[in-house]
Amino acid sequence: MPLNLLKFALSKAHPEPAMFTPRDRLKPSYDAVIIGAGGHGLAAAYYLARDYGMTNVAVLEKGYLGGGNTGRNTTIIRSNYLTPEGVKFYDESVRLWQDLSQEFDLNLFYSNRGHFTLAHTDASLRTMRWRAEVNKHFGIASELVGPEEIQKACPQMDVSCGGKAPVLGALYHAPGSIARHDAVAWGYGRGADQRGVEIHQQTEVFGIQTKAGKVTGVQTSKGEIATEKVLCAVAGSTPRLLHGLGLRSPLYIHPLQAMVSEPMKPWLDPIIVSGSLHVYVSQTARGELVMGASLDPYELHSTRSTLDFVEGLCAHMLELFPFLSHVKIVRQWAGMADMTPDFAPIMGKTEIEGFYLDAGWGTWGFKATPICGKTMAYTLVHDRNHDLIQDFSLDRFKTFALVGEKGAASVGH
Amino acid sequence: MKIMTCPINGPRPITEFAYGGEVRPMPDPNTVDDATWAAYIYNRNSIPGIKQEWWCHVPSNTWFIAERNTLTDEILRTYLYAEAQEGVA
Repeated sequence: MPLNLLKFALSKAHPEPAMFTPRDRLKPSYDAVIIGAGGHGLAAAYYLARDYGMTNVAVLEKGYLGGGNTGRNTTIIRSNYLTPEGVKFYDESVRLWQDLSQEFDLNLFYSNRGHFTLAHTDASLRTMRWRAEVNKHFGIASELVGPEEIQKACPQMDVSCGGKAPVLGALYHAPGSIARHDAVAWGYGRGADQRGVEIHQQTEVFGIQTKAGKVTGVQTSKGEIATEKVLCAVAGSTPRLLHGLGLRSPLYIHPLQAMVSEPMKPWLDPIIVSGSLHVYVSQTARGELVMGASLDPYELHSTRSTLDFVEGLCAHMLELFPFLSHVKIVRQWAGMADMTPDFAPIMGKTEIEGFYLDAGWGTWGFKATPICGKTMAYTLVHDRNHDLIQDFSLDRFKTFALVGEKGAASVGH
Repeated sequence: MKIMTCPINGPRPITEFAYGGEVRPMPDPNTVDDATWAAYIYNRNSIPGIKQEWWCHVPSNTWFIAERNTLTDEILRTYLYAEAQEGVA
């Protein structure tokens, strides 16, 4: 490896091939257009090309690749959900995650840590027991543990929380993991690019053209293109695109903020989540603590961050880890989360023929990246919703058939 | 710190306020059909822009209306619901 690095120092030209083919002009037509070069969009492009040989595909991105919520989340991967629909779906995703580094030939830093969801009240302990039973029924490693086991896995934690709201137990999910989020987008992007898919960054979509209820093309900042199939994977910008098509949805947009500390030597192995304290935290391979909390309390279409957030989250962090009082916060940021009333996504076909939606991923979309790509590719090719996403269609809000996935978000939103 | 003006208590920190969602007319529940009712219950107008929203000053439990730009987070005007009704009438 050091010799390899020396090559970079001595070579005048960059010795590694570029990750992606630079694209200049759009073709007049494509078999399919994917809007949004985040993890979900690129994963769909990758599986379209790999599994179905569909390579005349353009991925359009108004900013840069992986620059939206893919690069803004706190990278937690788990499948200990509450509803059978959710558990099956996310478990399949966790399985796909485990082989991705090999498949991409790119180190995703996929790191299996174990995931503790702390309970500070009897009520939350009851919910965890329920979740553990649903999980076990579907063969997922998930169990209720007491404070002693938590303390053993994380000796630095003050399980008494300063006496205010002591930790009574936790839902322990051994497969809980973290991964390097940018690499996920790059891996899928490169895989799709190598198979002939075109990725166009700095290309904004202004609208989708339809004729007699069918998709006919897309208007972009680089001109118009013809296509019969469009997959929309644009998270916080979804309502704007739906509006142009005359579709209504229950999506609402709130910012979700996160922050990281300065790097420290490794001390925190598991991922720790506390719903009552609105905290989730893990330590990255670089030694930084990555921390997140709940959604901002009101609608906003912006990625601004606030001091209120840092103050609130730090206060809760110190209740669990008082010894961190001298550690500094070095960065904070926000993403626009597209939320649904039942905490389940909106996926699949819509009433417009050829328009497929992958949205409503609010605060839980990163972990689902591989399975979303796979099921959306299937749906787009067959023009039929994949079995795993049957329950997630936009139509469920017309028939009052909500999913009720309260296990979706790590903390109560 | 962000400041919002309560029509009764004047300028206060935003943390004292609770967001109540956009002001939306409710269809008559006795006469409305299921589809329209479902649309009213679930669907939201999540296009960024200037919106009229319900807000509550929590310490005094004062509900009022704020006009806010949901793209820039700029609060343009706050007033009591009664004042809005007078304006309409």
